[in-house]
Amino acid sequence: MSQKKSKKKRKNNPQLATEAAPRVEAVEREIPAAVPREMVTVYIMGKAYQVPAESTIMGAIEYAGYQIKRGAGCREGFCGACATVYRLPGDFKIYTGLACTTLVQDGMWLSQLPSIPAHKPVYDIEKLKPDITAFQQLYPEIFRCVACNTCTKACPQNLQVMDYIQAAIRGDIEKVMDLSFDCLCCGLCSIRCPAEIVHYNVGLLAKRLYGRYLAPRSQELELRLQEIRSGKYDKEYKKLMKMSREELKKLYYARDIEEEKE
Amino acid sequence: MYPEYMRPSLKKVEETRPKRFELQKSGKPVFPPMTAQEREEVLRKFHPDYRPDALRQVRIGPNKGEMMTREVADLLESHSRIDPTKFDLTRPDYETDILIIGGGGAGCAAAIIARQHGVKCIISTKLRLGDANSMMSQGGMQAAVTPQDSPTRHYLDAIGGGHFDNKPELVRALTEDGPEVVKWLEDLGVIWDKRPDGNNYVLHGGGTSRRRMHSCRDYTGAIIMRTLMDEVRNHPEDITVLEFMPTIELILDHQGRCAGGILYNLETEEYFVVKAKATIIATGGFGRLHIRGFDTTNHYGATGDGLVIAYRAGAKLLYMDSVQYHPTGAVFPEQIAGFLITEKIRGAGGQPVNRHGELFVFPKEPRDVESAAIIRECLERKNGIETPSGRVGVWLDSPLIEMLHGEGYIARNFPAMYRQFIRYGIDITKEPMLTYPSLHYQNGGIEINEKCETNIPGLYVAGEASGGVHGRNRLMGNSVLDYNVFGRRAGKYAAEYAKNVKLGRLTLEHVIAFERELKKAGIKTNRIAPILLPLYTPEEVRKRQLTARYEGTLR
Repeated sequence: MSQKKSKKKRKNNPQLATEAAPRVEAVEREIPAAVPREMVTVYIMGKAYQVPAESTIMGAIEYAGYQIKRGAGCREGFCGACATVYRLPGDFKIYTGLACTTLVQDGMWLSQLPSIPAHKPVYDIEKLKPDITAFQQLYPEIFRCVACNTCTKACPQNLQVMDYIQAAIRGDIEKVMDLSFDCLCCGLCSIRCPAEIVHYNVGLLAKRLYGRYLAPRSQELELRLQEIRSGKYDKEYKKLMKMSREELKKLYYARDIEEEKE
Repeated sequence: MYPEYMRPSLKKVEETRPKRFELQKSGKPVFPPMTAQEREEVLRKFHPDYRPDALRQVRIGPNKGEMMTREVADLLESHSRIDPTKFDLTRPDYETDILIIGGGGAGCAAAIIARQHGVKCIISTKLRLGDANSMMSQGGMQAAVTPQDSPTRHYLDAIGGGHFDNKPELVRALTEDGPEVVKWLEDLGVIWDKRPDGNNYVLHGGGTSRRRMHSCRDYTGAIIMRTLMDEVRNHPEDITVLEFMPTIELILDHQGRCAGGILYNLETEEYFVVKAKATIIATGGFGRLHIRGFDTTNHYGATGDGLVIAYRAGAKLLYMDSVQYHPTGAVFPEQIAGFLITEKIRGAGGQPVNRHGELFVFPKEPRDVESAAIIRECLERKNGIETPSGRVGVWLDSPLIEMLHGEGYIARNFPAMYRQFIRYGIDITKEPMLTYPSLHYQNGGIEINEKCETNIPGLYVAGEASGGVHGRNRLMGNSVLDYNVFGRRAGKYAAEYAKNVKLGRLTLEHVIAFERELKKAGIKTNRIAPILLPLYTPEEVRKRQLTARYEGTLR
């Protein structure tokens, strides 16, 4: 029914599947007439809708008429708010992706996950040690990992999720940090895990432990902090803050620029 | 994959690359930086803020009579979501020391510091904790740490980039606190990119005279934001997080001091009264207003809510005539139109070039100048490349980066960017990206001093919602620094204030008065604000929603 109703293409939609608003700058350039769009059928939570073939899942959901409250965030693949599961026709597999960066396919059957139930133990980073004991204390369930690799397959960032859980089991903080660096905390790994591990929180813990305890410290930073605390820049600040616009301008345009080279 | 018709232009970019590589390697500017006069001219002629219809006078409120970006003036001249007479303010649903509005970088930093000063907070956030532009910054954070740099030099760069309109005491706070913030974040567990000697790896950004951009690959914001969020969540006894619960009005007491807010549960549609001794607005910016129809790099929730509620309560705004367009938003493929392509790409040696493969601007001008130069190249000089959907852009030559720093550099340092494009069959280590300016940042905001105080006692503002730090143009890497510096300051000063204040009778009289003012000025409008979410429901759907009740853009 809804499929039939929505067959007609929606035109002049200011927020097409890609939310491209009409652009004044573009209008002034005389845009060539829009190319007619190819449409595909997607099943949003089981209901069929016709949407432009080049849509992202998020664009398709909005094109269909939903107003997203849960399930949209940065819309650029950084925040992990739009975890989505889907199946494709003639294929038994469950696929996972971010709605904001995954394109629709004809016959796609999809649902967004409004939130991921996951535990986050409370801890004091000053009281943890950057080794295996931190994981033993806070995430003992990681030792139940059966190395099935489902988490890795579920990751929309293509991270080696299982590998970093295995690294955590060995207490290799640096490896966990490195492999989980680009994690968006969308939670798709955790939702698929038969061992009920909350991978992304394990990764986050490892990253904080690495930054806090294992990353080499900057000598330059310590020196600069001492200088600031000793009031070294007070006089120059006072001078600059009193300067007229013209004086500042002169100084600004005369300043030298550090070369690019190391 | 780029369409066939773009091939000849791509070929030209390839042909000119070796020469541009030599130029880049020399370490000298690859194109002459503009003089003051040249900057002024290109801005006047091509920056969207300077279009004759870009601004209009705001007719009511604390800034009455001032010229503002049209869409902002519209937003301010709108009705409240609530009827103030329906609230019993003598029986608040929540009481706390500090109400923090917004759960992004500034809000979380404020909560962490406020807690250390011995007070309790509620974070009211419209979406999830950390759903904010803070999460999305890629390139880095400025802080003057290297021996050849200094905080005062950072000061000069920032104030020059802002066209000398920045408030001096705010720029001092920003630049002087910078190194401390680098350390604070590292102590919390942020992983800065390092040189082998342990010192931080730093790059140039637009308008910097020293390399001072600290980064976490190109997930800088994501790493910092998730660290701050995690720390907030480690203190549930002191910091209560209310998600999907935006604050839609401020509450004052009978002496005009800020005393909390009205919160709205987006899901159950209930309203709640929160009484707080101090309030911090950390709601971020307004990219989702799609000013002048531009695409935006911004988060779904960036609808300028804090401006609206502060203005209604009598807070003064600053520089609301100025909008930042990021020079390099994606224009192809269509699905990622408007997406941010970090300035760090140019910091690492990526060059903007036109359809002929020619350089036309110094790649590291301040953002407004760089943007205006790109618009000029496309619109006046017709040297842009058109996309199949009718957009236009210039190339951002990323393969140069691999030539300069060696193979694998992009995979290591720009994993997010690489992912963004390879999905569509574009390998940015081999082919350039097509870019055009995209709506990026609210330069102005609610006026604050170096303690984050506003003209309303008890109301503090931090981050993008505030005005004055960046003058009329923010430099790259100063917003990540801004939300940390001023988030921390807001937390500290609001906590000190909250310990001493004795609130009087609570009131929403200012909302009623604002409504009267609207009427008196003869403003007839259906607009309701804060709008909370942008409206992306297609027109044809809305026509069929015969029983839907829209409250502004929210149904």
